[in-house]
Amino acid sequence: MTLSVRDLAVGRGGVPLLAGVSFELTAGQALVLRGPNGSGKTTLLRTLAGLQSPLQGTVAGAEERIAYAAHADGLKAALSVAENLQFWAAVFGQREIAPALEAFDLRALAGRRAAMLSAGQKRRLGLARLMVTGRAIWLLDEPTVSLDAASVARFADAVRGHLAGGGMAVMATHIDLEIEAAVLDVTQFQAAAAALVAEDGAFL
Amino acid sequence: MRALFFRDLRLALRAGGGFGLALAFFLIVVVLVPFSVGPQAALLSTIAPGVLWLGALLACLLSLDRLLAVDFEDGALDLLATSPLPMEAIVAVKALAHWVTTGLPLVVAAPLLGVLLSLPAPGYGTVVLSLALGTPALSMIGAFGAALTVGIKRGGLLLSLLVLPLYVPTLIFGAEAARRAAAGLDPGTPLLLLGGISAGVLALMPFAAGAVLRVNLR
Repeated sequence: MTLSVRDLAVGRGGVPLLAGVSFELTAGQALVLRGPNGSGKTTLLRTLAGLQSPLQGTVAGAEERIAYAAHADGLKAALSVAENLQFWAAVFGQREIAPALEAFDLRALAGRRAAMLSAGQKRRLGLARLMVTGRAIWLLDEPTVSLDAASVARFADAVRGHLAGGGMAVMATHIDLEIEAAVLDVTQFQAAAAALVAEDGAFL
Repeated sequence: MRALFFRDLRLALRAGGGFGLALAFFLIVVVLVPFSVGPQAALLSTIAPGVLWLGALLACLLSLDRLLAVDFEDGALDLLATSPLPMEAIVAVKALAHWVTTGLPLVVAAPLLGVLLSLPAPGYGTVVLSLALGTPALSMIGAFGAALTVGIKRGGLLLSLLVLPLYVPTLIFGAEAARRAAAGLDPGTPLLLLGGISAGVLALMPFAAGAVLRVNLR
């Protein structure tokens, strides 16, 4: 069970941002993406998630196995915390939402409407959603935004638990989560992308 | 898929979900028509089938821009796209939920509002039948239009312009069936054609809408 990325070029609106990205992840491993704002971390994650197609190269082993946590949590304000989680659990063919509520300390808030949650609580609910997908590969885009220190620790525990259970994680984050993970600095792939533009003129 | 359907119903029925907007609009249009054209029963009963159909079509159009845009804005559409559900099923289920919360109430309300327009007695059954046959096609075509305009902020205008021409065949045959029945003629042929349009739309449009949505999420 591996996620292998070979010679991947990704772009936004047809403009290449990163090129020549290659890495391999096996069960229990995590990868942290680093790079300044706008360097292409989100685009890389969206490509891995299959939401956009790569300009070049291949992603193998991601199909039907990824759970994506974007900037937006996809929560419905009119539904309660438990209803939001139950919906995603049902979509992914799972049943149990109790462990996810427990892991992100949401049990006391289960009956509250998502509209009444604070930004940090919404984020916790968005991350708890990953646990009810039952998917092996977590793709996390700035997962710790608006989380306090205690919640970050809870989240790190959840990721460690996921990895210990044979899962994988690729995350774009700037803070140190104290998780054993390889670090991939995406800025090294920008030069190759610029070369791709120069080579092909109008790359589309 | 069932979870998505029931979530959409629940969201529509809760505060701010927009359930009743289409119904209220339909009610307003039909109630105002006698005031604007005058109270002659003969004239009203002539135009009643057309007014009911046009009112239902515009009421349906009114709620289309929320069909996919809400899920797009809060990120749920991206997350659904990475779920095990195929994109075609997502669009079809959302169109079905839209019909249940928008089209179905219009079908139920139409005979009551027919009274206000002094719809001739033989017309009631066919008005209900033609709306029941035609409104699912309106929802599905609308979902296709919503998929086309999903990334566009305030895409309502573009959506209406794209969808209205596609609504024309449904309107023509639906209103014609209702008019014939109200005039005491046989509505069989336009009803069959209307059923054919709906069946074709329901069979093919989910694939078109799914393909368009996949492109628009990039």
